[in-house]
Parts: sequence; C-alpha cells; structure tokens
Amino acid sequence: MSPVTAGVLQLLALISALALAYRPLGDHMAQVYSAEKHYRPEKWIYRAIGADPSASMHWPAYLRGVLAFSVVGVLFLYALQRLQGALPGSLGFVSIDPDQAFNTAASFVANTNWQSYYGEQAMGHVVQTGGLAVQNFVSAAVGMAVAVALVRGFSRFRTGELGNFWTDLVRGTVRILLPISVVGAIVLVACGVIQNFSGIHGVGQFTGGTQQWNGGAVASQEVIKELGTNGGGYFNANSAHPFENPTPFTNLFEIFLILLIPSALTRTFGRMVGNLRQGYAILATMATIWLSFTALMMWTEFAHHGPALQIAGGAMEGKETRFGIGGSAVFAVATTLTSTGAVNSFHSSYTGLGGGITMLGMQLGEIAPGGVGSGLYGMLVMAVIAVFIAGLMVGRTPEYLGKKIGIRQVKLAACYILVTPALVLCFTAVAMALPTPADSMTNSGAHGFSEILYAYTSGANNNGSAFAGLNADTQWFNTTIGIAMLLGRFLPIVFVLALAGSLAEQRPVPATSGTLRTDKPLYAGLLVGTILIITGLTYFPALALGPLAEGLAT
Amino acid sequence: MNTSLRNTARTLGAGLRALLVLSVICGVLYPLSVTGVAQALFSGKANGSEISDASGRTVGSSLIGQTYDLPKRSPDEAAKPDLRWFQPRPSNGLGSNGVNLRYSLILSGATNRSADNAELITWVTEAKAAVVADNSTPSYKVRPEEVPADAVTSSGSGLDPNISPAYAKLQINRVAERNGLPVRQVAELVAEHTEGRTLGFMGEPRVNVLELNTALKDVRKG
Repeated sequence: MSPVTAGVLQLLALISALALAYRPLGDHMAQVYSAEKHYRPEKWIYRAIGADPSASMHWPAYLRGVLAFSVVGVLFLYALQRLQGALPGSLGFVSIDPDQAFNTAASFVANTNWQSYYGEQAMGHVVQTGGLAVQNFVSAAVGMAVAVALVRGFSRFRTGELGNFWTDLVRGTVRILLPISVVGAIVLVACGVIQNFSGIHGVGQFTGGTQQWNGGAVASQEVIKELGTNGGGYFNANSAHPFENPTPFTNLFEIFLILLIPSALTRTFGRMVGNLRQGYAILATMATIWLSFTALMMWTEFAHHGPALQIAGGAMEGKETRFGIGGSAVFAVATTLTSTGAVNSFHSSYTGLGGGITMLGMQLGEIAPGGVGSGLYGMLVMAVIAVFIAGLMVGRTPEYLGKKIGIRQVKLAACYILVTPALVLCFTAVAMALPTPADSMTNSGAHGFSEILYAYTSGANNNGSAFAGLNADTQWFNTTIGIAMLLGRFLPIVFVLALAGSLAEQRPVPATSGTLRTDKPLYAGLLVGTILIITGLTYFPALALGPLAEGLAT
Repeated sequence: MNTSLRNTARTLGAGLRALLVLSVICGVLYPLSVTGVAQALFSGKANGSEISDASGRTVGSSLIGQTYDLPKRSPDEAAKPDLRWFQPRPSNGLGSNGVNLRYSLILSGATNRSADNAELITWVTEAKAAVVADNSTPSYKVRPEEVPADAVTSSGSGLDPNISPAYAKLQINRVAERNGLPVRQVAELVAEHTEGRTLGFMGEPRVNVLELNTALKDVRKG
C-alpha cells in the first residue's frame, strides 16, 4: 500500500469515528447544558463556590463571571510558577522568571498553550499537573460555556438571560471533559504513554552509561490537552515525543480527540435551537474547509518541494517515522483549524506552502471546526456576517434563526472579526520594525518573517503552535505574545456575550417566503465563501511576504 | 461605586473558590486516580516501556531513540557512529538522548530549519554522502537514490525510536560485515523486527532500532 493510500484511509477512519460519536455526544452536551437537575456532588461544588446554580444571568453578569474566573486563573498560575523553586514535588526545578511566568499563565488561561519554556527542563509535577493541566480543563469549559450562552441567545426570546456561568463551567468540566478524559487517558497508557510521579532517574543505555528521565502524569494531561483543544505538551517536542504519542494508533486517537467536541457541538447547537438542520449546515461548512485544507496539505507534503526536501527525497524533516507524512499532515491541519496547537511534527520544516496552510488555518479564526466552544461561537459570528451580506444583496433586513440581525448585532460581529487580525498584523509589523526581535529568528528571508507572523497569528488566535525556530523566550516576545493571547481570547468573548444578550432580548421574527433558508447547502456555500473572502482580504499581503514567497520560489 | 466594588470583590472571590475546587478535582483527584489505574494495569508502559537485553540489563526504553556512537576520546571530538550497530535517524535539533544540559535530562525537539535553509541543505547533503559511504561494502554498493528520506533528516522529537524498513535494509550488508555474521542472518533479524502499519493502514512500516540492536547483540554472543 502506498503512503498516500494509507494517509487517505486514516482520514476515512477518522471521519467514521467522528461520525459515530457525533449524535450521542452532541445530544449529551445539549442535555448537560439544558438539564434542570443538579447532581449531589455538583451541589457541594456550588456551595463551596458560594453561587446559586439556578440563578440565570444577563450578559454583563455572565461576562463578569468569565473574566473574574480567568483573572484569578492567571494570577494563580503566575504565583505557582514564581514559587516553584520553593514548592515540594518540583523535581528540583527553579522558579520561572517573571516575563515567562506571565506568558505561560496568560497562555494556559486563554486556552492557547503557547510555550516559551522546555517542559521537561523547566516545569515540575506541581506546576504541570496541579496548574497547567487544570487550566486545560477549565479554559476549555469556559469556551464551551460562552458558546452555549450564545446558542441560548439564539434560542431564547424576550429575556436577556443567558444561563448561569458557574453552572455551565462546572457541568462542562465534570459531565463532559472529565469522563472522556478518564477513559482516554487509560487508552493512552495502554498504548505506552507514561503516567507516574517518578522523580528524575537514570535508566541504562545500550552502549553503557545512563540516560536521565523525569516521570510525569503525562497521559492524564495529554488527553485533556487534545480534548480541550489546548495543545501544551508535557515535553518540548509535544505530541512528536514518543512518551506523549507512541504509536500510529495513538496519533489517530489524539487527532480524534482534537476534533471530537468542536464538531459535535454543532449537533448541540442544532438541538438547542430546535432545528437539527441548522447544526448540519454549520457542520457542513466546517467539514468543507477542513477536508480541502487536509487534501491540500497532503498534496504539498507528499510533493515535497523545497531544496533540502528534494535532496532528502521526502518531506521527513521534523516528522516521526511511525506517523509518516500522511499521519503528520492530518494532524497539522486538525491542530491549526482548531485552537489546539499541539504538534506531532514541526511545521517550520514543512514545505513553504504546507507552512502557509497551517498559518491560514489559524487566520480563518479557527472555526473549522475550531476550539472547544470558541469554534462554534466564531462560526456563528461568521454566520451572522454571512446573512448580513446576503441581506445587502437583496436589500432586506437579514434574519438568522428567527432573530433580526440589526445594526447592533452587525457592529458586534464586525468588532469580533476585527480583533485578531488587528492584533496579529500590528504586533508583527512592530516586531519587524524594531531592531532586536528579528535576532530570535533561526531562518532568514521569507521564512524568518513567517516565524514572527506565525507567532502572533498563533498567539492572537489562541492556537499555541509555532514555527519553533523562533526563540520566543525573550522579554519582548513573552510580553507581547502574552498580551496578544489575552486580548485575542477575552475581547472576542466580550463581543460574543454582548451579541448573545442582544439576541436573547428580541421577539421572534416569523419566517416568510423572503427569509434566507440557513439550513440549506446554498447557505453553507455562502458561509464558506464569506469566511475565505474576509480572511483572504485581511491576510493576503502578509502571507504573500512569508509562506507564499517561500513556496513559489522553489 | 461602592456596591460595584463590592460586587467585583464578590465575583472574584467566587472565581477563586471555583478555581480551588476544580483544581482539587482536575489537578489532584483525576491525575491520581488515572495514575492508580495505570500503575495497576499497565505498570510497564506507565513507567516508560523499559526493555532489557538477554543478560537482564536495562538498555533503555523501546520508545526512546538512542545514539550508537564510538566512545569519544576527548569531549571536543565529534561523535562518530559505531558502525557495528544499526544507526538511527540523524538528530541535529534540540532533541537527542544524552545531552548534558542543566539536569542532563533527555531533551526533545526538532531542528525547525525550513526547506530552503542553507544549514539544513548542508546537513542533508552530508548525511546522504555519509550513508552511502558507510553502508557500501566491497560486495554491496549503495546508490544515492536508494537512500530513503528518514535516513538523512532529523525527526520531530529528535528521539525517534524507529527507522524505515528501507533504511534498515540499506544497513544490513555493513552490519553483517562489521560483525562477521552472514548477510542472510542479519536480514532475517531485520525482517523479524520490521513492524507493518497498524491494522494495515495506520502510520508507516518501521523498524525499532534499539530492539533490533539488542537482538543483534544476542546473536553476536551466541
């Protein structure tokens, strides 16, 4: 069997597995976020928090909950890293410097997991397991909560109430993320992912002498890293490290975990707005983009253009033997079209166009299928823009799901889609204009520019993967990428929740013969076009200077 | 103003308590229970899949690639491969087994060189020449176009435990000659240690270098 055929079969297996999980998981999540009943252990949690789980919140209160929880999260994680040297269970690692501790804290709370440190040489058990992995859970649960709040904005009428943030946070964590993680972690251990709390210890080597290992709760962190579309590896090599991703099966399983919740949330959306076909239209839009990106990536990687790859006879630089080119290409697209940023191969050594595809995936706003929660709300904002454009064409007030898309809604959606491009392009321009940031580049020319463009694209879109030749552990990059990650996460959330609030207050608009049917293929096509045109117009000049220049030169 | 300040403080307090409760659940109870199950059911794998040679000495992890170099006579000397053993993929990036950094821990990582990077072009060109030179024996000449891509490129982790069957095959004649073994016997050893795709379609066929070299060592003794 040729590697190309094997790659296509792996893709088909992945799609089948996602299709099997789609209905049960999507319906389960809809039930979780709609149920009246609180389980007894959850009641204990609400009592500890001091929150009334049945009190419904208007959007400002919901937003205050999100922001308060996240501010506390950043401060806690920052303190944990600054105190590491004094904490037990830290494997003897010293405290993290202030700029890097800020960057890492912002990164994990913003569901980005950009890492300017080497996991195996900097972070002990307490920070990894008690700090970083916890944010992997809760930042994902926050994303889902915000998405569900927006869905409620569409499904509710004549009320401003969007539900209770604390309830959504706790339920998302204990009823969705935890159960899947427990099962997934044990599957990973059974395949060879390590799970222990050993200290640093020597292990014999073939030619004599010893190699030094540190143990860790890797499997339990690996599973939520993918499931929560976080992406922060226990080890520096992330999912390329054999202890994180030991076999071709774990590789497919991890890709499955990345795509699982973001795709199934479209079913949850369809359920909650009372029309499953609306969810299918969104899913079809996501799937079209994802499949075309994957096909393009496979094509360019198997073609291996670029001088070094031509001499080598294949694009295997930065890729593992056990995954090969197919297993690496599918992973690279899944991780950049979601907000994951885990890597099983190093994007910097991809072909010029392959690297460009990973960047463009993030620049679409990570909505195909996107991060847990953030993918759905990002796509719904695009859906609002698409009905607005359709409305302009025929000259009538646009509607979506029985809601009028008026001035306020379009303004909020427009603000949403402007935040990340503004952050990416401004920070990249400033970094290129200043004398010192360029010293961090490993590669020169177009690829060097791509390293910096990739860094801010990844940060502002909360992805976290890198063209890792860039030495990002400098005060400049730690600080600016940290700011880009926080603003790129929380400003859009402000606009989404304001949009949700404004929608929930509306009275239903009855559908007429003039209403654009948003549950049909025509609309899905319009949505794909809207996404590609908006992103293309925004980023084309920057992409032309980086990956396109590199890809076309060879 | 006062009430809004009090409200903010109250929300922050709720946030802190929520974080602490969820930290106990997701950061203590969850990893400890998974570790408990993992250690009870799969302790070998949960602790790093260590393997031993015939004498019972631990030779490493079947998942972590190693280098098979000649002992250095001085610290500044460039590493030279010990050609009696099957050689792994190059690792020019951060990741390599046995780097002595701050804690002499294994560090993982890639070269992150782009396809048009001058250094990468040099590495690949030199590696190709070396693979051709090292593996050609009087009776077996390696042609440059036979050298597979994995033999001249660094992996993502720098700790790739595997090589492609094509690269293993290329090394058979050299390994047989250096160890005074019949070519057929070494070829059989490689065939035994060649793993196909999982279920016929997942991943790529591969050979685990540490397991192969361990088996080779046993054959040499016997």
